[in-house]
Amino acid sequence: MSIVLITILTLAGLGALAAVILYLASQKFKVFEDPRINQVEEALPAANCGGCGFPGCRAFAEALVKADDISDLNCPVGGADVMATVANILGKEMGKSDPLVAVVRCNGTCEHRPRLNEYEGATSCAVAAALYGGETGCSYGCYGLGDCVEACDFNAMYMDEKTGLPVIIEDNCVACGACVDACPKEIIELRKKGPKSRRIFVSCVNQDKGAVAKKACDVACIGCGKCAKVCPFDAITIENNLAYIDYDKCRLCRKCVPVCPTNAIHEINFPPPKPKPAKEQEPANTPESSN
Amino acid sequence: MLKTFSLGGIHPADRKISAGKSIEVLPLPKRVVVPLAQHIGAPAKTELKKGDQIKTGQVIAKSGGFVSANIHSPVSGKVFKLDEVVDASGYRKPVIIIDVEGDEWDESIDRSETLKTEISLSSEEIIKKVGEMGIVGMGGATFPAHVKLSPPPGKKCDVLIINGVECEPFLTSDHRVMLEKGDELIVGVKILMKALKVDRAVIGIENNKPDAIQHLTTLTENEQGIEIQPLKVQYPQGGEKQLIDAVIGRQVPSGKLPIEVGAVVHNVGTTLAVYEAVQKNKPLIERVVTVTGPGVSKPSNFLARIGTPVSQLIEAAGGLPDNTGKVIGGGPMMGKALSNLEVPITKGSSGILVLPHEEAHRKPVENCIRCGKCVSVCPMGLEPYLLMIEAEKELLDRAESDNIMDCIECGSCSFTCPANRPLLDYIRLGKGNVGKIIRNRN
Repeated sequence: MSIVLITILTLAGLGALAAVILYLASQKFKVFEDPRINQVEEALPAANCGGCGFPGCRAFAEALVKADDISDLNCPVGGADVMATVANILGKEMGKSDPLVAVVRCNGTCEHRPRLNEYEGATSCAVAAALYGGETGCSYGCYGLGDCVEACDFNAMYMDEKTGLPVIIEDNCVACGACVDACPKEIIELRKKGPKSRRIFVSCVNQDKGAVAKKACDVACIGCGKCAKVCPFDAITIENNLAYIDYDKCRLCRKCVPVCPTNAIHEINFPPPKPKPAKEQEPANTPESSN
Repeated sequence: MLKTFSLGGIHPADRKISAGKSIEVLPLPKRVVVPLAQHIGAPAKTELKKGDQIKTGQVIAKSGGFVSANIHSPVSGKVFKLDEVVDASGYRKPVIIIDVEGDEWDESIDRSETLKTEISLSSEEIIKKVGEMGIVGMGGATFPAHVKLSPPPGKKCDVLIINGVECEPFLTSDHRVMLEKGDELIVGVKILMKALKVDRAVIGIENNKPDAIQHLTTLTENEQGIEIQPLKVQYPQGGEKQLIDAVIGRQVPSGKLPIEVGAVVHNVGTTLAVYEAVQKNKPLIERVVTVTGPGVSKPSNFLARIGTPVSQLIEAAGGLPDNTGKVIGGGPMMGKALSNLEVPITKGSSGILVLPHEEAHRKPVENCIRCGKCVSVCPMGLEPYLLMIEAEKELLDRAESDNIMDCIECGSCSFTCPANRPLLDYIRLGKGNVGKIIRNRN
């Protein structure tokens, strides 16, 4: 009987001692964590896409809490709503950020850009780009092997079998930039979504001289500079035989679109222009899928 | 028991159908396209202008650094244009286009056929000459030869190895050089020995070329210090590290150059070019190119000027067969498919291989069954299946610690894989990405 008693008392004593040590240790080595980090993390979409530039939502929440000024930080997935909630929790001023969307700056479909050779290596743009200049005469354009589609976590891209080019589903795209990083040819760009989702961009990245580019692809930008001349807002620059429209300067007047001799400038989600017949419009201008 | 390298290796059918064909001089093309980057290292720089009149053998582009090489005009004529054209890789690269007019050689070049055995230049003069004459490794790697002849301070070379292995199936250009230019080759070996200040040279030849082994053995009977080493047929024995292992049994440590174990390796083609440069003052403006393939009506070994379009070589070999599926620059194992036939022959073009449709395509890729065949054939002792996954998933730190940079891209893993996995494709991608990180670190 006494053995049982001794055992119980010893164990209880040991337990109590351990409890005291643990309590003291937890007081001594306590790490203070700002409770707002958890609150902010809960407000974030938990997509962990990395679109904000931080490794996951938790790291972004920590950065938000730590920063004095959060106007440069933005969650592209949550957009203005989420950032407003976060700013509310933290009592800080939120930044102004226009929603962005990914655009594919290549229109070299099978029709416009004839295939000169056949690639049958591993189905990966990165592998193909490390190996050679691609199946067509344009070594800048889309390889069509779908690394961007593979990288997209939001079901916002698919490969169009007919054109051989990726298509961005605008409503799903959160502008996390995963496809931009995945593309070895730097074809995909994040651009301002624009008012009513309307935007204008040069759908080409070919830096060859005009004649060479045109020979490889019917719809290549030949760097002629007509668009830059006609632009009233100095939004268009020509560099390395390639026009680029600065979306901060562009006022969507659309004067550049009809002057382009190769139809390399695309307008998205605009109503058909009144004075011109509808055939001037790009075929990819359906409201839900546009690239 | 014949010597060979100790790790891995495969045995593709050798199919040397052009082995019996003597070297033919290819007629001059009407126009040559000479790329400015024909070697590893900095591209050469040119000061020519459109319309300049040039002679065969004249320097047309100067070496762009220590690891670089001069480029000489392969023909005489007028500069048509300095331009950028699509090369074998599909990217546009700077070239000099020359319209051929006659064939007037620079006066300093000795064009006689007489064998000149006496080596009058000193070691330093030989290395300088080899540099000036634009000689690069002609086995395919195109590493500037003078760099290999100048060991870094503190390193000493004690044996010169001449690579007469030609382990790629189909190719026979080195084989023909050994048979037809044996005398010149031996003088070339002596020149290289003098440049490196070594008294031992070994010529490694696989024993599927018994005539070459026989011929060179006879020629070197009375030579001091030059040995002929027959080797067991095994791919990729022509790899530098594999050849050193096979011939003298020394292993080059990971990430190090052959000089670490006191060896320098030169290809037989390079050795012949060194002979011509040092004894005849002739720069590297032409080379032996094998044009071959199962459907080619006249498989041949041509002596072609650098810059000749591939299409002309194929024409001379009887034209492109009807069922052509792929034209490869180099051999079937390490060569690269050409994206167009107007690309020129460069200093590193050892062969043109025309494959019919049925042999030109890859088989459907299946899942890895973890059979380990790729591991057992890898001559560098790597684990290709693992490196492929690491490269694909961008686990670059792990790929680096698994020695991805040691891969010599021989393709044995892809060749042997029963599931047809594109192992080398991904490993090459991983090598590029890891290489970028390593360069940025320094």
